[in-house]
Amino acid sequence: MSRVHDMGGRFGDGAVVPEPEDEIFHEDWHGRALAVTLAAGFLGQWNIDVSRHTRECLAPMDYAGFSYYEKWMAGLADMLVAQGVVTAEEMAGQVEPTVSDLAARKRDAAEVPAVLATGGPADRASDIAATFQPGDRVVARRLAQNTLVAGGHTRLPGYAAGARGRIVRLHGSHVLPDSNAHGLGEAPEPLYAVAFPASELWAQPEHPRDEVVLDLWQSYLSRA
Amino acid sequence: MQNVCPVLNALAQNPWTGGVPWGKLCAMPHDTDDHGHSHSLLPSDPALRVKALESLLVQKGLIDPAALDEIIDTYENRIGPKNGAQVVAKAWSDPAFCARLMEDATAVVSELGFYGRQGENVVAVQNTADLHNMVVCTLCSCYPWPLLGIPPGWYKSDAYRARVVREPRKVLAEFGVLLPQEKAVRVWDSTAEIRYLVIPERPIGTESMDENALAALVSRDSMIGCGLVSAP
Repeated sequence: MSRVHDMGGRFGDGAVVPEPEDEIFHEDWHGRALAVTLAAGFLGQWNIDVSRHTRECLAPMDYAGFSYYEKWMAGLADMLVAQGVVTAEEMAGQVEPTVSDLAARKRDAAEVPAVLATGGPADRASDIAATFQPGDRVVARRLAQNTLVAGGHTRLPGYAAGARGRIVRLHGSHVLPDSNAHGLGEAPEPLYAVAFPASELWAQPEHPRDEVVLDLWQSYLSRA
Repeated sequence: MQNVCPVLNALAQNPWTGGVPWGKLCAMPHDTDDHGHSHSLLPSDPALRVKALESLLVQKGLIDPAALDEIIDTYENRIGPKNGAQVVAKAWSDPAFCARLMEDATAVVSELGFYGRQGENVVAVQNTADLHNMVVCTLCSCYPWPLLGIPPGWYKSDAYRARVVREPRKVLAEFGVLLPQEKAVRVWDSTAEIRYLVIPERPIGTESMDENALAALVSRDSMIGCGLVSAP
């Protein structure tokens, strides 16, 4: 178990409530929150792993109480100050904001379609050879914790920690979030889709043939 | 290095560190900051909070309000589940396209112009008579934006994230979908930067329909695995 965001398999949540396809933003400020976050991301002062980890570092009570876009706003505010883009005094409205050294990186409306269409791929060449093949039996790390940084970011959910599964697909090599979220480099390594039988994950699986597939990095896995 | 946390400040005076400031011994990045939450400096009302952040970043010359309008317009009007539905309809109509899609979906959707943010590596998974696929991101809300647009509220909800990996059939029932016992469920938890697109089963009775007509039948929820497609 790492942090409050790691909720897969948790008991106690209510029903899932479907909604129509044309409901895109439920409030006017939702679209604005999305756009401010993306536009601030265009400045290039953090990567996606840093931004995920920042949201995960919200106090558990805030994480549970905030709506989706409230989490985005809180994470953005925390990153802007942590990365020195905005001072705490500016954030608190105590001083008149000064024009940033990063202002040249601002993207205008005409540039937006190209930036969104470019994306930020995470697949990389890597020196680390793939040691598993589809069909191989593997076991996930026993603790769903970052081994480089205490309380750090990881993408192994608690529910799959220590579970036995089989490799179904090699995705190539990808940036390792556990490293990249903490300024320790991209450290790309092989990434696999790993299938776990529901009976390996849950005390009362719904069906004997059901499975959950997770994308897991090679260093999360060992041979079973 | 002055730390905002009083405990770490006290430790910084600790003679055991031999006069080396504690902050230098356990400096970032080998530590995570659970102490300072700058967002608490902003108004707590979310609409005001967004306004405050936007105007601050505009004053600092970092964002352009017209660029924000463009981003919102993109996801409200231009990028949405119609893109994914076009891919599904093509896969149903053209076996060669379907084979290439299952082999390398990223290349195939890129050719259709559906590459982009949160869709840089795409894998298509096909529903069959024996297997029903569903997609979730239990750790956040990863979703194939260039193919399906902004994720729906329920996809981002704690209830969906927590429950669908453990009880997918109960969750499906809440969408009005009852799966036969002979069908296995495979739930894909998007823990990396791979984005999954479910290719639902083509409904019987649509053999004479063309791609455009088929695409109109394909719902967003069916491409997440939370719906089935029915003939008109």
